[in-house]
Amino acid sequence: MTHEMLGAEYDVVVVGGGTAGLAAAAELRRRDVGRVLVLEREEEAGGIPRHCAHPPFGVREYGRLMTGPSYARLNVARALASGAEIRTGVTAVALKPDGLIALATPHGLAEVRGRRVLLCLGAREMPRSARLIGGSRPRGVINTGALQSAVNLKHIKPFEAPLILGTELVSLSAILTCRHAGIRPVAMIEPAAKPIARWPLTLFPRIAGVPLYLGASLHAIEGESRVRRAVVRLADGHVRYFDCDGILLTGGFTPESAVLRLSNLAIDPGTGGPVTDSFGRCSDASYFAAGNLLRPVETSGWCWREGKRMAALIAEELASGLPDTARMVTVTSANPVRYAVPQRVLAGDSAGTALQLRVSRHCTGTLSASQGGHVLVSRRGDFRPERRILLQLPPGLAASTPIEIALS
Amino acid sequence: MGGARVLLIEKGPDILSGASKANSAILHTGFDAPPESLELACIQAGHAEYLEIAPRLNLPLLETGALLVAWTESDLDKLDEIVAQAHANGVGDVVRLSAEDIRRREPGLAPTLLGGVSVPREYLIDPWSAPLAYVQQAMAHGTAVLRGAAVTGGAFDGRVWHIETTQGAVSARYMLNCAGLYGDRVEELMLGDASFNIRPRKGQFVVFDKAASRLLNAILLPVPSERTKGIVITRTVFGNLLVGPTAEEQEDRVHADVDTATLEMLVAAAVARIPALGTMPVTALYAGLRPATEQKYYRIRHEPARNWVTVGGIRSTGLSAALGLAQHVFNLWEGGAGLVPPAAVSWPPVPNLSDYAPRDWQADDHGEIVCHCEMVTRREIEASFQSALPPGDFGGLKRRTRACMGRCQGFYCSARLAELTGDRGIGPFGEGLTRDA
Ligand SMILES: Cc1cc2nc3c(=O)[nH]c(=O)nc-3n(C[C@H](O)[C@H](O)[C@H](O)COP(=O)(O)OP(=O)(O)OC[C@H]3O[C@@H](n4cnc5c(N)ncnc54)[C@H](O)[C@@H]3O)c2cc1C
Ligand SMILES: Cc1cc2nc3c(=O)[nH]c(=O)nc-3n(C[C@H](O)[C@H](O)[C@H](O)COP(=O)(O)OP(=O)(O)OC[C@H]3O[C@@H](n4cnc5c(N)ncnc54)[C@H](O)[C@@H]3O)c2cc1C
Repeated sequence: MTHEMLGAEYDVVVVGGGTAGLAAAAELRRRDVGRVLVLEREEEAGGIPRHCAHPPFGVREYGRLMTGPSYARLNVARALASGAEIRTGVTAVALKPDGLIALATPHGLAEVRGRRVLLCLGAREMPRSARLIGGSRPRGVINTGALQSAVNLKHIKPFEAPLILGTELVSLSAILTCRHAGIRPVAMIEPAAKPIARWPLTLFPRIAGVPLYLGASLHAIEGESRVRRAVVRLADGHVRYFDCDGILLTGGFTPESAVLRLSNLAIDPGTGGPVTDSFGRCSDASYFAAGNLLRPVETSGWCWREGKRMAALIAEELASGLPDTARMVTVTSANPVRYAVPQRVLAGDSAGTALQLRVSRHCTGTLSASQGGHVLVSRRGDFRPERRILLQLPPGLAASTPIEIALS
Repeated sequence: MGGARVLLIEKGPDILSGASKANSAILHTGFDAPPESLELACIQAGHAEYLEIAPRLNLPLLETGALLVAWTESDLDKLDEIVAQAHANGVGDVVRLSAEDIRRREPGLAPTLLGGVSVPREYLIDPWSAPLAYVQQAMAHGTAVLRGAAVTGGAFDGRVWHIETTQGAVSARYMLNCAGLYGDRVEELMLGDASFNIRPRKGQFVVFDKAASRLLNAILLPVPSERTKGIVITRTVFGNLLVGPTAEEQEDRVHADVDTATLEMLVAAAVARIPALGTMPVTALYAGLRPATEQKYYRIRHEPARNWVTVGGIRSTGLSAALGLAQHVFNLWEGGAGLVPPAAVSWPPVPNLSDYAPRDWQADDHGEIVCHCEMVTRREIEASFQSALPPGDFGGLKRRTRACMGRCQGFYCSARLAELTGDRGIGPFGEGLTRDA
């Protein structure tokens, strides 16, 4: 076993060469941060878009409509052109104090240190296990990510006629992938009463020839070596059997945060990602985070801009220092608000912070942020799960009193 | 190792296709086994032999010890009896612990616990690599393994067994029936009558992610009820935390289904005992079938006149007792009288899959990490293809390497794994339907 030190100290080590990490690396270099290293555990950098073989990517970032793979390639090329280094096939296995990262490389163990570290590990869809779905455990129960990697990167079809669970944005991406590969989904089911995504979903799957069942839940999976059928409980309580050779579990995102958990960085149970402050800093302030690691789940464009914004903050930190972490107040949220990001915001700030929120179920009511009983901001609205909700906190927050987010 | 020429006939596509594919992976001491039973003797002999041979076969051992924890007054009342029973069973190091003792050892447990018992030599092992190591060692001494071959009938001619299988006929002087969930059926087929009836008893499990393993040191055993040992919470050698098993009787000998309500119950039971589990992600689900019978004890049927032994009804302690059972059966055959043991014994090591010992990803030049959750290297996957007993199906590949066994269950790596497994028929997607593109 060797413990190579990867280079000397870097100014910034970016862990995760996906959308957010690559955008951040290029921005750091543009802001004259000296040595920037991107670590990516896959053989190629680019992240999730590498296998999303369809538009729309890049519209706001690059002013043109691109497919995922060409967008990923452009993000890589820009990072390299900016002078950032990219190392692929390298996994961060432990995040230690003072920006020291333990690595697994194809050649053996190594370490690297960054004056600051930016974590951009992304998010993934939850597997069958985390959803506690019953039945037997045959092959062919997979997520969109696995489907798209198989179809678009390896030219392998995992099934011919799956049942699709979920109606998030990614579920539409899944249907597109199926159509492209000649896979014919037997149906699409959604436990909620309305489709989750904003697209004209009620129309879209029907156009693609996939019947949509709302209010329907996957009760059990049947099959021995591979999936044989799905047992679905329909909205009216009836059980319906769908013959299929696979189950495609779409959406249900969760941040890829295991290495943070194992490294004792504080995790927000609401997002499943790190607790961060309004400057993107984790509970160990040498670590910053951006992209879908922060919360499930945002579009690539959003993650790209977030990467850029965190890069600007890190550049500022290295040049002149960011406000003391002791000046942060905690943000808490109560059901049906699932989470609020960031979880710690600056007291007395002259700018104010925009909180990103999600709700756990569809509700109409008043969303508010209050501090010590005093309402800071409130807004009436119709709030849907998995939709982006922004709440702008006013400047000049009082110190030490937690901010409470509620929806009633 | 006794010098016999052995053929292992397995109807599944790989070994560990039956009861042995899903268990709690505890190496038991026998502290709570039926007194003076064969089960107790085999568990204790098996425990001792495992400790002796594990290092030579590169098998892991996690010396956690177990704690039986009482959460109610009536549990508490049973503890002295449990200690007395353990001592009577020859497990002399079992002792009572106060609630404070346990809280000190296990700060992650809910403080409502009332007391308990420590069983220091209950350990954790790798439930798949151990049997694999045993078979590979047997193979190194000439044992042949016929997979995908079900015994369908046969007869004893007074000297030799003529055995029909789905892959042709074979003959042997002795026949050993270790058909697990089908032990009674194989007896019926071969002897004309069954000496017991299998009544499968299902156990469901929930596995929490690796970070959860820090919340517990020892194996957490409940105070047992009549029918089962109850729900256990334990680390695994793979670095996870496991909760289960249930005990549910069923007719079906094939399907070990999980169901949402039971899984939710397991999660809730675990969180009640270890509150911090409430925010820990679930990594995996599984269920196993115990080859239980209408009686509690092992069902050994020895028919000397027909050169036959059944090792049946090995319900819930077979992983621990296996080596002891093997010794017992060998002795039934007069210690293999007339056989010539090999001059030198070989100890083919199995790859280490335990997180508590160095893994391949920590070694130099492993090629690539394919499965990021379980840190499985390309070299490990390729080595399994080249091994003496290569995986016979995807389950076999998972058990030999841990690929796709982690928190993402194949989100990241199943495509790459499908590429690596190629047309071997053991990949994550089944037949690997390749598109022309
Ligand atoms: C199947 C799927 C389809 C999607 N489709 C769309 C879409 O059509 N449009 C859209 O806008 N968004 C889509 N998304 C959302 C997607 O997550 C974002 O587009 C974007 O990729 C998020 O960027 P990121 O940088 O946060 O994460 P990612 O792009 O996921 O990048 C994270 C990177 O970190 C690496 N990494 C993780 N852990 C480590 C480690 N320990 N060491 C080293 N490297 C590590 C990963 O390998 C990965 O390359 C989709 C998501 C999924 C899962
Ligand atoms: C939920 C659960 C938890 C457990 N926990 C533990 C534990 O912590 N510690 C412990 O020591 N034990 C434990 N056990 C018990 C242990 O797993 C079993 O005792 C053991 O696996 C039984 O092994 P076996 O070889 O008798 O049966 P099996 O593993 O079922 O083996 C029988 C084999 O015979 C094959 N077969 C059947 N019929 C035929 C035929 N006609 N022709 C050819 N082949 C045939 C089957 O395919 C199968 O592979 C647990 C069991 C369960 C289910």
